[in-house]
Amino acid sequence: MADMLGKGIRIEGLRKRYGKGDTAVDALKGVDMQVAPGEVVGLIGPSGSGKSTLLKCLGAVIEPTGGRMTLGEEVIYDNRWTTADLRALRRDRIGFVFQAPYLIPFLDVTDNVALLPMLAGRSNAESRKRALELLEALDVAHRAKAMPSQLSGGEQQRVAIARALVNRPPVILADEPTAPLDSERALAVIHILNRMARQYETAIIVVTHDEKIIPTFKRIYHIRDGKTQEEAGEGRVFEPDGG
Amino acid sequence: MISLAGRDILHAWGKFVFTGVGLGLLIGVTLTMAGVYRGMVDDAKVLLDNSGADLWVVQQDTLGPYAEPSSLYDDVYRTILGMPGVGRAANVTYLTMQVRLGERDVRAMVVGVVPGGTGEPGQPVYLIAGRQITRSHYEAVADIATGFKLGERIQIRRNHYTVVGLTRRMVSSGGDPMVFIPLKDAQEAQFLKDNDAIVQQRRRTAANPAFNRPGTPGLLDAVIASQSVNPYINAVLVQVKPGFIPEAVAEPIRRWKHLQVYTRAQMEEILIGKLIATAAKQIGMFLVILAIVSAAIVAFIIYTLTLGKIREIAVLKLIGTRNRTIAGMILQQALGLGMIGFVVGKIAATFWAPIFPKYVLLEPGDSVRGFIAVMVICVLASVLAIRAALKVDPAEAIGG
Ligand SMILES: Nc1ncnc2c1ncn2[C@@H]1O[C@H](COP(=O)(O)OP(=O)(O)OP(=O)(O)O)[C@@H](O)[C@H]1O
Ligand SMILES: [Mg+2]
Repeated sequence: MADMLGKGIRIEGLRKRYGKGDTAVDALKGVDMQVAPGEVVGLIGPSGSGKSTLLKCLGAVIEPTGGRMTLGEEVIYDNRWTTADLRALRRDRIGFVFQAPYLIPFLDVTDNVALLPMLAGRSNAESRKRALELLEALDVAHRAKAMPSQLSGGEQQRVAIARALVNRPPVILADEPTAPLDSERALAVIHILNRMARQYETAIIVVTHDEKIIPTFKRIYHIRDGKTQEEAGEGRVFEPDGG
Repeated sequence: MISLAGRDILHAWGKFVFTGVGLGLLIGVTLTMAGVYRGMVDDAKVLLDNSGADLWVVQQDTLGPYAEPSSLYDDVYRTILGMPGVGRAANVTYLTMQVRLGERDVRAMVVGVVPGGTGEPGQPVYLIAGRQITRSHYEAVADIATGFKLGERIQIRRNHYTVVGLTRRMVSSGGDPMVFIPLKDAQEAQFLKDNDAIVQQRRRTAANPAFNRPGTPGLLDAVIASQSVNPYINAVLVQVKPGFIPEAVAEPIRRWKHLQVYTRAQMEEILIGKLIATAAKQIGMFLVILAIVSAAIVAFIIYTLTLGKIREIAVLKLIGTRNRTIAGMILQQALGLGMIGFVVGKIAATFWAPIFPKYVLLEPGDSVRGFIAVMVICVLASVLAIRAALKVDPAEAIGG
């Protein structure tokens, strides 16, 4: 593990308190976590344990109350945001995959993915080229011109993964990415995330309740009452049909 | 970068076109209202242009003959003809009334002109059918807007007239078509009493001892005869000789003849500044209300469309879209809606303007002003939606 330190994600003593005074809720009470590049870790815990709160802190959309977060070599939070432009941080350094794919309904598949590099200032042509590469890698390139509403749930989720990956972020945060999928598709998504993590050296955190996919993680963080506990997972390798 | 607004509009084009058409009809009404006003102004100008006059000589201290009643003796024109710079001078009478044709009647402005005076001021400018009035009685030239045809017999007060000519675009300042008849008939029509009234008047005159003095036989008959003629007209229209400035010709008539004289510019000021001023204000009020209603509709539609996209906006923000880009997207959609609305409105107004009973003049300048107003309204109307969109928290995209 030592060689991985200084890369990927490091969270130390992260705290988050919602509200003030009597009604204050301590959602995170000192979370420690490390994810190496190329690694996919699971984050599991009962309802209300603070999983979404942790993802929001990591995703730079809510401000933690205390602690430290490091992305790659850079401290992004050390009791205050050190990165001035959180919007650019989200755009360039973090990919998001949600329970529902949340594709933009009025953009076709290619442009849903290409939008991110475009927002980062790349040309339309280059952005689309990158998008198509990823769609290719995720086996949805044949649907590149379709609108999101014309795709199956599994295809939509793969497009969402392509979108999360397209700016080559060092981190991907996935919140229940397999919840709406049947077990075969769910396992396929995890397989893809593992492949992409290796291929693009991405650190991936998958929040899940999904019993089907829990055995696939090599490492799992249990979050309970705002604190994390690391444990080894089964790390079962799943190969989809023909792969 | 691609146009998010454009893509959204293309994706939901049905919704946009539908609401755009609705808005467009409203804009069409607004443009038409402006056209109604322009039509009134144009009718007034056409009235002045087609009268062919440089000066209007009317009763002193009146704004006649169109805005106020005015009466002059019908021999005044002779003395005016003798004034320096006066080329032509002609008597006219104007009376707006119902002109009957069989069972139906038409509101028209009956103009009395001297028969055979073609080319004189006040006469119909050109005919599209038939001929000018040549006899001194019972002939008429009508504007085609009356719906009368050549050879038809129309009734004005108690007398019947044969339509011998048709003209066009001869209207009163109120937009009523003109019917030209011989001056003498028109004078009679203006002051004609019914038979009972004439009998009454004769009896009263006969009972007046002043007209029954012994030693002056025939006085009563002379008085009665003078009561039954009408030597009045409403105005004398004057054309000045080439090389004379109308105002310079008007001034001596005012001073020496104790008559009011208006130039073309003054007449226009009276018609537009006074006669149609209230109607113009009325239309102005309509325009203001329509603008507010249009703004409310655009604001409501854009706001609803934006609320329907809160989730997408949260995702766009989460993946790093600038607030500026999102505000721009909403603004462009509002402008797009305005654009569709304007095109639809312009087409609708052009289509239905000719069906209106009075003249509706759609001026290109008004369209340009209308377009700018629509765009400004759309910008203002999108403020509410933009505020709502900027308040969206990117954390909402991650959910609970
Ligand atoms: N905006 C907020 N304001 C106040 N309290 C909040 C807020 N968001 C979450 N909480 C509280 O923080 C705690 C952790 O919530 P969080 O959403 O992180 O749980 P979770 O692990 O994602 O649960 P689930 O599995 O049900 O999604 C809960 O007690 C919740 O009530
Ligand atoms: Mg949650």
